[in-house]
Amino acid sequence: MSDKLSEKRKIKSAKKMRDIMTTYYLDAMTAGQNNKQIAWITSGGPVEPLVAMDIIPIYPENHGAMIGASKMGEDLCIKAEDMGYSSDLCSYARADISCSVVKGGPIGGLPEPDMLICCNNICGTVLKWYEVQARFYNVPLFILDTPICHTRYSPEIAKYVQAQIDEYIAFLEKVTKRKFNYEKMAEVGRLAFEAQLLWQKVLNTTAHKPSPMSAFDAFFFLALIVTLRGTKIAVDFYKELLGEMEQRIKDGISMVPNEKYRLLWDNLPVWYQLKWLSQKFSDHNACLVADTYTSAWCGAIQYTNKDNFIGSIAEAYTRIYLNIGVDQMAGQVLDMIKFYNADGLVMHSNRSCKPYSFGQMDIMKIVREKTNLPVLMIEADMVDPRNFSQSQVETRIDAFMEIIKQKND
Amino acid sequence: MIYAGIDIGSITAKAALIKNNRLLGTHVIMTGYDPINAGIKVFDALLKQSRISKTQISAIISTGYGRASVSFADKALTEIICHGTGAHFMNPEIRGIIDVGGQDSKAIFLDQNGQVENFAMNDKCAAGTGRFLEVMAKALEVDLELLGDFSLAADKPSKISSICTVFAESEVISMIAKQERRENIIAGIHESAAARVAILANKIKIKKPVMMTGGVAKNKGMVNSLENRLGFKLIVGDLAQENGAIGAAVLASKL
Ligand code: SF4
Repeated sequence: MSDKLSEKRKIKSAKKMRDIMTTYYLDAMTAGQNNKQIAWITSGGPVEPLVAMDIIPIYPENHGAMIGASKMGEDLCIKAEDMGYSSDLCSYARADISCSVVKGGPIGGLPEPDMLICCNNICGTVLKWYEVQARFYNVPLFILDTPICHTRYSPEIAKYVQAQIDEYIAFLEKVTKRKFNYEKMAEVGRLAFEAQLLWQKVLNTTAHKPSPMSAFDAFFFLALIVTLRGTKIAVDFYKELLGEMEQRIKDGISMVPNEKYRLLWDNLPVWYQLKWLSQKFSDHNACLVADTYTSAWCGAIQYTNKDNFIGSIAEAYTRIYLNIGVDQMAGQVLDMIKFYNADGLVMHSNRSCKPYSFGQMDIMKIVREKTNLPVLMIEADMVDPRNFSQSQVETRIDAFMEIIKQKND
Repeated sequence: MIYAGIDIGSITAKAALIKNNRLLGTHVIMTGYDPINAGIKVFDALLKQSRISKTQISAIISTGYGRASVSFADKALTEIICHGTGAHFMNPEIRGIIDVGGQDSKAIFLDQNGQVENFAMNDKCAAGTGRFLEVMAKALEVDLELLGDFSLAADKPSKISSICTVFAESEVISMIAKQERRENIIAGIHESAAARVAILANKIKIKKPVMMTGGVAKNKGMVNSLENRLGFKLIVGDLAQENGAIGAAVLASKL
């Protein structure tokens, strides 16, 4: 009986997504044979022009997540440290740099790039990381510099970033020796917009009690909106996923068996501990209903113009979650707490990701002041397990849940 | 009805018994390498000391880092909630707790009803925990229990700048080589540990009156340094070390 129940809880679309991702990586691996070019791009970078130019985008950060989830992060990080990189460097960067040399990891390394696209809207680390890789592979590198919008998107910022978007297109024309196809761009833009809307709708379904999926599922289903944004594949897939979620709500199927408490997660996942963490919270009848991370890939949709996508890229890519002021980030967290009706906030203080972790103390304070909800801070790293202590994290989660229970029961 | 609380810490194991909302007795032993055995031993010893048989116990709650290894407990709860409950039981006025244990130190904020409102714990490093003091005591060849007395005789506390326990240890060793007074080095160690713990208290904006619990509360030097850092007096009861076990017993009576 319980086997049947847990079978029912499984999200059916997961298999389809795995297949899509496999095909995506296979296509990339054989790109050379099909005369296709490959661009490595940062997770927050504007990918749509690449798709419009028929260039296959590859995300070293998505690869980093795979390395973390398959528990291969420690070896690769150590290898990078052997090469002379500091253990304080982001573990995605460490894993990627050493993986390029040893061709390790779950898929034997990424297909080699023909160009690199680096956008610093997520962090400054990517600048040096992509410079290292540009030297290693000896390929052209394009850097898109997006100033942080502490309070607003000023006319100066708009002008500065727009000029670079124009350069970006010129760069792509030069590297591919082809003219930029604005018509195709418009189509890709519409698809990207639609996929983001759908992704937002999928995430919104967890406002329902009990929640049809958890943030742990969102961490998984995120892969397509990152890697295949701007394609019909992503749109079709998220339509299907949304349908499945809506059906689950109708059928009363929840992800956590006895959902009683609803929590919000902040920062990247701890990739090598997903299973343990989700079980841990589930044992406390708690569901992580939403997170600030997966929503980042549709968070700037309000700045995107679906009918003039390329014209709105500058603003949409500059005003993403990690590139705004702490007050605005806290505002978004508060909105999410309200929308998802959360009973508490769990913050992952991520040793790797400084821009994400730096303002957390302030956000925590603001959330405590405005909502009086319990906030938990756990220290870890998304890929390097040497920065994670299970027994310490366990005590903190248990204590946090005891407080929530005391408050709610 | 009699209720028991068992607190398995990384250094010591504690047990407490409660009857009709009054404390019957407590017991402390070293945990050693076997937390399962320590739970059984400390419980048996307390029963014997209190002339009570197992069958008279209505419920047991375990706590501490070894809480899961007490298989005969009815429930396991974290130190946070147990220290909160214990402190409130001993003194209902208490609003803040600083607990420095073997491998964790924490600051706890209680509401008027003695419920935990918020807490902060040390990060993954041993600085500001009992383990830090233990390592230093060893390097200085001083009994852990005597650290406090030594530091009270300091005239000019040494300055330990490393946060990391391992680096701090080598700093201490080089101070010994430079023949700095042992009393001063020890006072410096306390100040360094107190600085770490005070950060936790400030993080959650702790409210007075604050009770200090955990084994390290017995160390007068550490209490002094903490009070200087925080700028107010701490309340230290005779049963500071047993506080978690007492809280666990109180919570057992509410199961
Ligand atoms: S530092 Fe953070 S934002 Fe930058 S690459 Fe690493 S994980 Fe991503």
